[in-house]
Amino acid sequence: MLIVGIGNAFRSDDGVGPFVAEGLAAKGFSATVHAGDGTGLMDLFDKHDRIVLVDATRSNAEPGTLIALDAAAAKLPADLFHYSTHRFGLAEAVETARALGTLPQSVLVYGIEGEDFGAGTALSPVVESAAVALISQLVESLGDVF
Amino acid sequence: MSERILQVDALARVEGEGALYVRLKGDEIEKVEFRIFEPPRFFEAFLQGRDAHETPDITSRICGICPIAYIMGASQAVEQALGVSVTPEIHELRRLIYCGEWIQSHVLHAAMLHAPDFLNLHDAIKIAEVNPELVKTALRLKKIGNSLMEVVGGRAVHPVNTRVGGFYSAPDKAKVKALLPELEWGIAAARDVAVAFSKFDFPDDEYDYTFVSLKHPETYAIAEGRLVSNRGLDIGVPEFNDHFFEEHVARSNALHGHMKDGSAYLVGPLARYANNYAQLTDAVKETAALCGLGEVVRNPFKSILVRMIEVQYALEEAARIVRVYEPPKQPFIDTPPRAGEGHGCTEAPRGICYHTYKLDAEGLVTHAQIVPPTSQNQPQIEADLTRVVAANMDMADADLQWRCEQTIRNYDPCISCATHFLKLTVERV
Repeated sequence: MLIVGIGNAFRSDDGVGPFVAEGLAAKGFSATVHAGDGTGLMDLFDKHDRIVLVDATRSNAEPGTLIALDAAAAKLPADLFHYSTHRFGLAEAVETARALGTLPQSVLVYGIEGEDFGAGTALSPVVESAAVALISQLVESLGDVF
Repeated sequence: MSERILQVDALARVEGEGALYVRLKGDEIEKVEFRIFEPPRFFEAFLQGRDAHETPDITSRICGICPIAYIMGASQAVEQALGVSVTPEIHELRRLIYCGEWIQSHVLHAAMLHAPDFLNLHDAIKIAEVNPELVKTALRLKKIGNSLMEVVGGRAVHPVNTRVGGFYSAPDKAKVKALLPELEWGIAAARDVAVAFSKFDFPDDEYDYTFVSLKHPETYAIAEGRLVSNRGLDIGVPEFNDHFFEEHVARSNALHGHMKDGSAYLVGPLARYANNYAQLTDAVKETAALCGLGEVVRNPFKSILVRMIEVQYALEEAARIVRVYEPPKQPFIDTPPRAGEGHGCTEAPRGICYHTYKLDAEGLVTHAQIVPPTSQNQPQIEADLTRVVAANMDMADADLQWRCEQTIRNYDPCISCATHFLKLTVERV
């Protein structure tokens, strides 16, 4: 089981994935941060049966809105997680792995809608609150697994 | 007279945010604009007052795909300003990590982002469905590049082991040697992918480009050399600003690079290949011949083949360096501060990337200039688009738009690097 926080901590709310991963790592969970292109994510898929992905979304929803998707059960919406280098991001990595038959048994995807993706290392208050709430939720729901 | 407008507001499969606008009046092209609206990034301004030793790490943040280009260009420029030169062992290690960047960047672009254009597939996910073996091979090749970056640089993205003067620590010998079996597998795999791609139906297009690249007396230039062109330019890196200039155009947040006479020029794989073909290995030349390529490639759509050929070359080079690798006793040389001016230029995967810095007596940066490859290619990308639109006026808008996007992707444009990304509009008026 691995938790992966995806994003660039230097682009404000794009850092929400890393923020959640670091928060869970501090509580003893196996968690890592992924920056860079999505193909690197696929390397992580090969090594774990169960994976949790946390990323920022840009869908024009209210900032801080949390979405939870079971990627093993259904295809990810293509345009949800597109804030990524060379446009090969989370959804592309997951769907390419599905086509190749290398998707882990369990892939849970959490997205938090960002507000500001400009240069900066701080999360917007509403995004940070949503991230803190997600950490608590995951501690409870994933706690049994560890 | 009928008016056509093609507009793409966000180009896919390129790095950063950019757009394309084409306006046609009947059979006449009224306007072709490749616009970059990635916000300005002000790197050159915020380097001022920073310690020169910080420039490689700060500028590497310009790009998550080609950090090595920035690390190496900045290191070279600062080393020149400080009046020091690194040992041959450090040069070889720098070439090794640079091979890693070429491999991962070229494979990502060629196989995952550019190949879909030739297969009439929307994206790499579709290729994975149609040809899973190709995608598995590409991912394994790309991973070799990442492994090289990790073993030599400490991390696959934004390495942490590199510094002005060399490396913080010598890469572990056993870990370096352990790369060899995958490198040897990769050499054959890259050749097979190149040959498979050579069967694509390439659009007919040729242009007599001004190819500008580095040239090194002994090797296919990667991390060092003189600046040359196929039209007789042959200058030292410090003379860059005497022969090239950048201008700001209102529609774009990236500067446009030109030769001093105002003409456009091309940097990147096609230029390196044309200027330095003789220095490729026999095995790589054989792959080029198998792909039907001569010593100069003027069809920009075939840049995808040249990228895969450079991947094979980078794998061979990496294997050569790995075989003889012994950890240097001194992984870096001392670089005490002093006032000075220095210039650096290396071959980023997309073409030459020039840096110059001026330092004060305490080694703080007083002036910085960085010229990334995509800025230099911008005028040539627009010229290519104009030519491609003129030749394909009879195409339906959707097909013409596809061809225009493909034309832009020939350059693997790194738009975030160039701003100091894409939206396509074709207007038929």
